[in-house]
Amino acid sequence: MNDMKQIFKVTPLLSKTKRSYCPGCTHGVIHRLVCEVIDELDQFEKTIIVVPVGCSTLAIHYFEMDTVQAAHGRAPAVATGMKRAMPSKTIFTYQGDGDLASIGTAEIVHAATRGERITTIFVNNGIYGMTGGQMAPTTLEGWKTETSPYGRNLKKEGNPIRMCEMLSQLNGPAFIARTSVHTPANIVKTKKAIRTAFKAQINDLGFSLVEILSTCPTNWGMNPVDSLKRIENETMNYYPLGEFKKVEGL
Amino acid sequence: MSKQREILQGAEACVKGAIKAGIGFFAGYPITPSTEIAELLSTELAKEEKIFIQMEDEIASITAIIGASLAGKKSMTATSGPGFSLMQEGLGYATIAEVPIVVVNVQRGGPSTGLPTKVSQGDVMQSKWGTHGDHPVIVLSPCSVQELYEMTIQAFNLAEKYRNPVVILTTETIVHMREKVEIDPFETVDIFNRILPSINPGDTYLPYGKFSDDVPIMGNIGDGYGTSVTGLVHMENGFQSADYEVADRLVRRIHRKIEKHTSDLFDIEILNPDAETMFISYGVASRTVKSLIYTNHPEIGLVRPKTLFPIDPIKIQQATKNAKRIVVSELNLGQYYFEMQRILPHKKVHLIEKIGGELISPNEMLRRIEELHD
Repeated sequence: MNDMKQIFKVTPLLSKTKRSYCPGCTHGVIHRLVCEVIDELDQFEKTIIVVPVGCSTLAIHYFEMDTVQAAHGRAPAVATGMKRAMPSKTIFTYQGDGDLASIGTAEIVHAATRGERITTIFVNNGIYGMTGGQMAPTTLEGWKTETSPYGRNLKKEGNPIRMCEMLSQLNGPAFIARTSVHTPANIVKTKKAIRTAFKAQINDLGFSLVEILSTCPTNWGMNPVDSLKRIENETMNYYPLGEFKKVEGL
Repeated sequence: MSKQREILQGAEACVKGAIKAGIGFFAGYPITPSTEIAELLSTELAKEEKIFIQMEDEIASITAIIGASLAGKKSMTATSGPGFSLMQEGLGYATIAEVPIVVVNVQRGGPSTGLPTKVSQGDVMQSKWGTHGDHPVIVLSPCSVQELYEMTIQAFNLAEKYRNPVVILTTETIVHMREKVEIDPFETVDIFNRILPSINPGDTYLPYGKFSDDVPIMGNIGDGYGTSVTGLVHMENGFQSADYEVADRLVRRIHRKIEKHTSDLFDIEILNPDAETMFISYGVASRTVKSLIYTNHPEIGLVRPKTLFPIDPIKIQQATKNAKRIVVSELNLGQYYFEMQRILPHKKVHLIEKIGGELISPNEMLRRIEELHD
């Protein structure tokens, strides 16, 4: 046993509490990636998570750190107040697409353009999960939801919003990227992007955000495997993966 | 040591009070007629290496001061009616999460954008009931620039002491006018700082588990205790619960921590206590009554709540018990009048009100007293 090299360990940042997410939900994978990165960057003792209103409100149970659950959409504003008051801490928001791209649009845009030294993990599954599957600002054309029962009609319901493309036009962000967790290779790339995003904060370079394309098998009405395929076949066509902004030094 | 006298604008007095109280963080959004407070603080806080930030709107402003207060900074924002409407979300959050914050509402005419540059007292009931759910609140009502200075210090002290939002409900007139203010730099002003846990980080700690007079002894976020804060109903460990008993106990305790100090918190000034006609009037509106009292009108008296909420009915009942006539005077259509009717059920209570952005002049007041029918 002694000459065996440890190549994997469970990060202590992730609690052992039983997860309450639906089967096939990708929050679990993303939680683990975030915790591993914080651990590997030695930020364990100084990191604070701000969670949204939505499914990932539950994250307060799974991240072993100080937690603030903000009012709906306001995570970047509460993180701004905390980071300005405690510049040596590492502070990140973890938000869904309803929280970030609808009710919290003003907060995320202005935190980004001010260049707040915070990191945002933006989990986009194109639907309101917690409330039971209503149309989100990110829902794709044709997708049927509880409030777009005939499929999203762009003439009627308008166009889905691309946050990375929008935010990357601003000067405040140091790093903006979109990744996905629908295959192991993409999970590895997502972890790399999360690491870069936290480095942007730790190195005082600016605001950073990683949008992660995710699934909602329950409200999509699909099994987990088909849900992952849907990311590849549908979501990624409208939300292309890639780094939209990366300042020098990252 | 003689007192230092200065002629100050209300906004300057508010800023001096905030600095005296130990403000560490201000976030705000420009809105008439409160903007001067933010403008002055943007200079003053920079001098002291404290934090000023202009946010994108009032929702983000109150949210940012909640974040900074969780991190241990004494935090304030200033706004006016339309912005105060947007801040109701944050007021509710700070109440249930028990985050000390000070909100200055410089009232202007409403509803909506209303009369941006004109005086009003139209936000009395909004300051009490604006955010949803059962909640206590402390609302202070200064009637002079001097009192705005003193009440700003008091507001920080009360917010820190009770871990509850405190609203300074002032008006365009008080914030914009200039008056003599006595500030003695050598005077000892009592400054209250929130009580922090005395245990070591790592020991058994529950953010909402240990109390001093029903106020939780919470650590600041990030200081090593392991603190979880939410706007949801929560247990002693700060984590959500939808349990009936947990919810009932939490909301009742939050009420109790304020309500049981009502008689201390509800501060009133009484002038001419034996007068035939006792006015109940507060803030800028009370100045009309005072000017009559000071110009030889012994028949007029004044009961002036300096604290609008929580109300101690006994103090009002005692101060008006010998009066032949009770008149509430305020710059709205009777918001505090209805409260006074409620606590004086066996008395006829009159109302002399004015809206439209103007004060009641002393002569107008005399005329309107004559028009009253007992």
